[in-house]
Amino acid sequence: MSVTATSEIEADPLPPRQRSRAWAKFRRNPSALLGGVIVVFFLVVALLAPLLPVPGPAETDWSAVRKPPNAAHPFGTDEIGRDVLSRMIWGAQASLLAGVVSVLIAVLLGVPLGMVAGYMRGWTDAVISRFTEALLAAPFLILAIALAAFLGPSLTNAMIAIGLSAMPIFVRLSRAQTLSVMTEDYVESARAIGIGHVGLIWRYILPNIFPPIIVQATLTIATAIIAEASLSFLGLGQQPPAPSWGAMLNTAKNFLEQAPWMALYPGIAIFLVVLGFNLLGDGLRDALDPRDT
Amino acid sequence: MTDIILSAQGLVRRFTARKPLFGTPSVVQAVSDVTLDVRRGETLAIVGESGCGKSTLARLLTRLLAPSEGAVVYDGRDIASLSDTEMRTLRRDMQFIFQDPFSSLNPRMTVGALIEEPLRIHRMGSAPERRAKVADLLRKVGLRPEHADRFPHEFSGGQRQRIGIARALATGPRIVVGDEPVSALDVSIQAQVVNILEDLKEELGLTLVIIAHDLAVIRHISDRVAVMYLGEIVELGDAAALFEKPAHPYTETLLSAIPIPATGARKARSLVDGDPPNPISPPPGCRFHTRCPYAQARCRSERPGLRTLAPDRQVACHFAEDLSLAGVDATMAARPAAAERRFAVYSNARANMTGAETNKTKLPTEE
Repeated sequence: MSVTATSEIEADPLPPRQRSRAWAKFRRNPSALLGGVIVVFFLVVALLAPLLPVPGPAETDWSAVRKPPNAAHPFGTDEIGRDVLSRMIWGAQASLLAGVVSVLIAVLLGVPLGMVAGYMRGWTDAVISRFTEALLAAPFLILAIALAAFLGPSLTNAMIAIGLSAMPIFVRLSRAQTLSVMTEDYVESARAIGIGHVGLIWRYILPNIFPPIIVQATLTIATAIIAEASLSFLGLGQQPPAPSWGAMLNTAKNFLEQAPWMALYPGIAIFLVVLGFNLLGDGLRDALDPRDT
Repeated sequence: MTDIILSAQGLVRRFTARKPLFGTPSVVQAVSDVTLDVRRGETLAIVGESGCGKSTLARLLTRLLAPSEGAVVYDGRDIASLSDTEMRTLRRDMQFIFQDPFSSLNPRMTVGALIEEPLRIHRMGSAPERRAKVADLLRKVGLRPEHADRFPHEFSGGQRQRIGIARALATGPRIVVGDEPVSALDVSIQAQVVNILEDLKEELGLTLVIIAHDLAVIRHISDRVAVMYLGEIVELGDAAALFEKPAHPYTETLLSAIPIPATGARKARSLVDGDPPNPISPPPGCRFHTRCPYAQARCRSERPGLRTLAPDRQVACHFAEDLSLAGVDATMAARPAAAERRFAVYSNARANMTGAETNKTKLPTEE
């Protein structure tokens, strides 16, 4: 950089700005794209379930009980002759819904609470923090089970229970991030130009605390899918005969030796979806950060 | 009668340093009883070493911090007693430039959005008008309008500080307080930013309050200088007179620390040793007596107040009249030849910039 202001005047003209940097950056990241493709694939499959040429998820075929994969049933059949492929496709609805909706509940409740605590400090912070710590004192799954049992068995209640159980992580994360962002000079510079509370929170704090929250959210989707599986196993989640991957996995464990395919495919599906969300989350975090190219 | 734009009256700011579960918390008085007038259109420099409370004072003057005691009067109103909403409106007139250009710009906003934001907050102009104003401001600080779509991290420190200046000037403020606006920058960039400030002050009729620890930097831009030590103003006066003949021993010490770029110019500089005393328990009497080479018995017991020594000169020292202190020789501390060349190149560039569209004169470049 030269001493005078001349360097800027003489520099080459800039290329026109790209319309979306975030998307351009996301597209250049192969693992993020892979994650996106996996997630979109499962979403499409889940949405198109009624249109796909498979038997109904609750249709039983007593002549084909616990049959290994074959032409009629590509993924085999389960212990009462239901098509595993069909149940997986329909189960994707429950599992994805449980993962995404419960995390949305957790984020939408937890992040504002955490930001308010970090922004207001003092008594507000003390009350929110103690409440959060009380929730955190109970193990995640135990809390979800207790809440689900209290709310009554259904997929909706399971999602609410998982969402509430996952919320404290987001409260703590966003509170800690808010506290650290609040000490930044640019927050003081925002106050110096006369910004209001809403503008400060919306334009300065939220964008700067968001990346770790996105990463935490994708990780929590994975946890939530597994939690839904556990609740379903206990009869607190998806109600039989409607399928979910977790419920399938939990039934399959009784037949691991006789019918390993019953566990294999739902297991692979959970693995892939969780992987997909994690890759997607990492990619989003990188793409949304204007600092590294 | 000089026109006072901003006035600090008996300002005190305390911070709780440590708060034990039992017992009394230890309290630091970062600013103690500062009374100071800022005149309309002047450049007032506040100098002192690290930890003397000058940044705190800058924040008190703009109410980024609330004073523990005292008042800040702007336009006949005590801004310390304004409501949040009233204060936000007032920020249109009163802006702040931050020390660290790397952390004072929101990394997630484009330069254009950063500079436009004050205009938007104060509902000044329509969207296209604001856009035009941003381009104009970027040009004023020596950047190009195309830079508006880039993010702060794509710029160097000096460029970012100029973005900070553009943001501070967007609303057309009447007074700008700069908290060490150049001390985080490379020495060669400091001159550039100081000059931009000086030019814009001239052009926009601003009042500037500049905080600095480096006297050499503020020397040629300030009209008056206030010297702070341990939260108090120890000397206040016309810049040229104060540099030439300091009245407070601490000012003499500060002046002797200015490097003089000439062979054999180094004086015996060890006037003062050690660190300033702990501000949690400042010494009794004159706060400077522990390090003052001229200290006498009276200094250890009796605290000197700020008193008027001559017109435009106040000092807090019992023996100001008796001491003959060394200042900076005007010829010795003049800009060295190399710096003079750089300033000349810079002024040329500035002069040509306005006419750059019409005549495509090749601007002089630095090697």
